[in-house]
Amino acid sequence: MPGMAVALFSGTLFGLGLAVSGMANPQKVLGFLDVAGGWDPTLAFVMGGALLVAFPALHLVFGRGRPVLAEDFELPATTRVDARLVGGSVLFGVGWGLSGFCPGPAVVALVPALTTGLLPAFAFAAAMVAGMVLYEWISR
Amino acid sequence: MEDFTPVSGLAGGMLIGLATVLLMLFNGRIAGISGIVGGLMARKGYGVGWRAMFAGGLLLGAVGYMLATGGNFPVQIQVSSPIVVVAGLLVGFGSRLGSGCTSGHGVSGIARLSGRSIVATLVFMGTAIVTVFLTGHVL
Repeated sequence: MPGMAVALFSGTLFGLGLAVSGMANPQKVLGFLDVAGGWDPTLAFVMGGALLVAFPALHLVFGRGRPVLAEDFELPATTRVDARLVGGSVLFGVGWGLSGFCPGPAVVALVPALTTGLLPAFAFAAAMVAGMVLYEWISR
Repeated sequence: MEDFTPVSGLAGGMLIGLATVLLMLFNGRIAGISGIVGGLMARKGYGVGWRAMFAGGLLLGAVGYMLATGGNFPVQIQVSSPIVVVAGLLVGFGSRLGSGCTSGHGVSGIARLSGRSIVATLVFMGTAIVTVFLTGHVL
């Protein structure tokens, strides 16, 4: 049960961070990706801020040897750079560049979209979930 | 550069970093949104509870921001609906195939100096920049 509360709290902080940073707005993300236009470097500050906290703190966390509420850290076992990793990242990058949405902002944007009736935000989230379901079908 | 907001960007980023650290410290889990949301679609119903809580938290964080500031935060989508749908499919499928997105690879992975995550982040960021260049300046 405490683990559930941590997950809820962590998700809430994460969602708040996306809203505060402006990254829930795909137009702002596209402003970062558009290096040949009126470039907006904000996204680099968001990732920088996240890494400023996570880089030293995760080092300390892993130094504990195990998490507070679980047996082990669940980290990917594989270290190989393979075609799935690169191919998947290419597909994701194309979708990200076409829309300005990545998975976190796509979820967070649903809340303001609900109050403004912004249908494309729901269309994106539904298509993203469909893509994830498709992956589950194909990869079994 | 008229839209550049470094202070709120840095502050929001630090909140994201803190969320990432807490989930790893207490639950031993990577705060990767594609893995968390995609894991809810997995056939094996393993780990659904905490993933649902985290995803609910994302929505709650947005609600909290709107209550605290007394207004909406901007979400502007200027591309056509067919493109939105194609992009959504690519983001959902591609992030799962590539084992992560901007959060799992871009924040958690880079923070623990994972070679796979560094490669993935360079690939999806490079691909996205090329895509924006082609759609915005060439096509």
